[in-house]
Amino acid sequence: MIRRNVLKVLASTSIAAVTGLTMTFGAFAADTIKIGAVAPKTGPLAGGAVITQWPNVELWVKQVNARGGLKLKDGQKMIELIEYDDKTNPAEHIKAVQRLATQDKVDFIIAPYGTGFNVAAAPIYAKYGYPQIAVSAISDKIEELTERYPTLFFTLGTTTSFVEGVRDILVKMKDEGKIGNKIAMVNVADAFGIELADAARPIFKDAGFELVYDKSYPLGTPDLSPVMKGAKASNPDAFVAWSYPPDTFALAEQAIIENLDVKAYYSAVATCFPAFAGKFGSKINGVLGAGGVDPTTEKMMSYRAEHEKLTGKVPDYWASANTYVSLQILEQAIEGVGSTDKAAVTEFIKSNTFDTIMGDIKFENQFSNKFWTVGQWQDGVFKGVSSINVDGAVPVVEKSGWN
Amino acid sequence: MSEMKWGWPVIGAALFLLSAFIPLIADGYWMSIAVTIAMYTALATSWALFSGPTHYISLASGAFFGIGGYLVATAMSDYDLSFWLMLVVAPLVSALVAALIGFATLRLSGVYFVIFTLGLAEMIRNLVSWVQNNFLGSRGLYVLTDFTEAHIYWMLLVVCLVIFVFGWWLSRSRLGFALKIIGNDEEVAKHVGINTALAKVLVFTTTGFFGALVGVIIAPRYSYIEPNQVFSPELSFMVVIMALLGGAHRLWGPLVGVIPFALVWETITIAFPNSTTFFLGLAFLFIVYFIPHGFAGLIEKHWLRLRS
Repeated sequence: MIRRNVLKVLASTSIAAVTGLTMTFGAFAADTIKIGAVAPKTGPLAGGAVITQWPNVELWVKQVNARGGLKLKDGQKMIELIEYDDKTNPAEHIKAVQRLATQDKVDFIIAPYGTGFNVAAAPIYAKYGYPQIAVSAISDKIEELTERYPTLFFTLGTTTSFVEGVRDILVKMKDEGKIGNKIAMVNVADAFGIELADAARPIFKDAGFELVYDKSYPLGTPDLSPVMKGAKASNPDAFVAWSYPPDTFALAEQAIIENLDVKAYYSAVATCFPAFAGKFGSKINGVLGAGGVDPTTEKMMSYRAEHEKLTGKVPDYWASANTYVSLQILEQAIEGVGSTDKAAVTEFIKSNTFDTIMGDIKFENQFSNKFWTVGQWQDGVFKGVSSINVDGAVPVVEKSGWN
Repeated sequence: MSEMKWGWPVIGAALFLLSAFIPLIADGYWMSIAVTIAMYTALATSWALFSGPTHYISLASGAFFGIGGYLVATAMSDYDLSFWLMLVVAPLVSALVAALIGFATLRLSGVYFVIFTLGLAEMIRNLVSWVQNNFLGSRGLYVLTDFTEAHIYWMLLVVCLVIFVFGWWLSRSRLGFALKIIGNDEEVAKHVGINTALAKVLVFTTTGFFGALVGVIIAPRYSYIEPNQVFSPELSFMVVIMALLGGAHRLWGPLVGVIPFALVWETITIAFPNSTTFFLGLAFLFIVYFIPHGFAGLIEKHWLRLRS
């Protein structure tokens, strides 16, 4: 019994010691600027976050520190990064942001990954006055949300604009006589998939298309072959899937097996991941997807090279660049103000134009109306084919077979 | 012991009053921990009311919690209904679901019941997603309110109070006594004339009711509801682990499990942000090895020794 008690005391003191240690860690370091980051490292969204979010955070901190830190009025300050894993759990995320704000007392926080997490964390950012430049968050409630949270900024677009981007591409192909008016549409029966399909139905119909196939499948369905067989049997001219990362891959695999003969094939999230081309090679040439970049500008080329060199990972062809842009905006706003005054930095973001790897970015009512909506795999590169206010879109090509 | 008959309720009421003042002194970070503790206290205690005496391990907490969160989100964002209306409606719907499930499955015993409830959250998530996708449609499930963490905490605290009062009543009622007999030997219970199915279903229904109630209250905290997050199997496991850590045979057992668990979990998250799961596993091993009967068992043993 005594042995057990001794062990228990030992255990509780070691826990106390660990807590004490982590607390003192944050205490010194006066010549640094503290930046916090919370995003998934584990859980369902981790797969996306370790491609799009975390490498850009790493890249940006390395670059800024390599040039001696952020230039403030009272001298240059190195970035001290404090990062937490939210485990793709909103409750954990809220706790971690509160911890950054009140325990670690960080100067700024990098916006979360995922629509739900950005909305859930927005009240906390607003309460403490941290600017929140959301990237991986797409919503049709941007106006209501930005009015409610004066520190929240959106950069990746609205739900409707994504559907309209797809519509515009299909209308163009139809007008050019490349495709007919029959669309087979499928969606993942989960939050974002339902929302996109719901927005798409009237938009496609108004544009003169006929939905010859309209089916959903549950999140995490292992076998999508019945879905693809059904789509093929409906003899569509175009195939549209409002899909998430695992099913984007599974649908492409089934389309190859079934040899789905369409001139336009679109799948939503994760089509732009380098791993998509890595898995299917030249077979997915001509596949359309959400996002896009203009990989030919000098700034974009040097960003992609630096990203690969400093993090060892290839950036995706969509939100990776936007994520880096959001960090550039934060960096320029902090240096523009010259201090860690959060209210002044937020005000600076609202009223200035920023020079980024995607060109000039400026917010109107906390919304940057400049983003890619549709991209297409063309000869091993996912190029933007449709955008809102971004230059450099290339003409869309017909999909010709899966080989 | 007779002079202590009213002692425990009085101590409980005093603790409840004290905890109502926490939002006045805690900063944002400690409030977020307090909300987590209040949430799991409500879920684990109502879980233990059923699973404690009957020894039926239910993994359905995630399903009930999800029904609450999902219904309030759909109602508020797609139908402009009020939060308060859903605070009443969602738990009733969930209680009905629990009753149906209870009648269908509580004839199953032991491991079959566990396995059924494990799949339940997943089944209900798919069902509601299917209904929403094919019949209702959605523009994203937002629960935007002006509630702060303090408001959510106070609401959860009231729910905890109701659960404790109900549990206290239950342990003194004929129904509670029947449950204990069922837990000891279901055959005996049947032979002495207890309607075992009805007794089990009645109490299981309250677990469904309180699970959804907590789900509704937590929804404004998440603000944006994704079905796979509210219908989380992880939540079901956490509830069971915390209740067992505290001890499911006492009304206050889950409470003394939830509080240390939440604090240790937090310490692990801060100290080892990149290997939380590994250290959580170590903590589990430690708990199972050194405190197999839960904190309640530990406290009772020392209490008895002190008195003797």
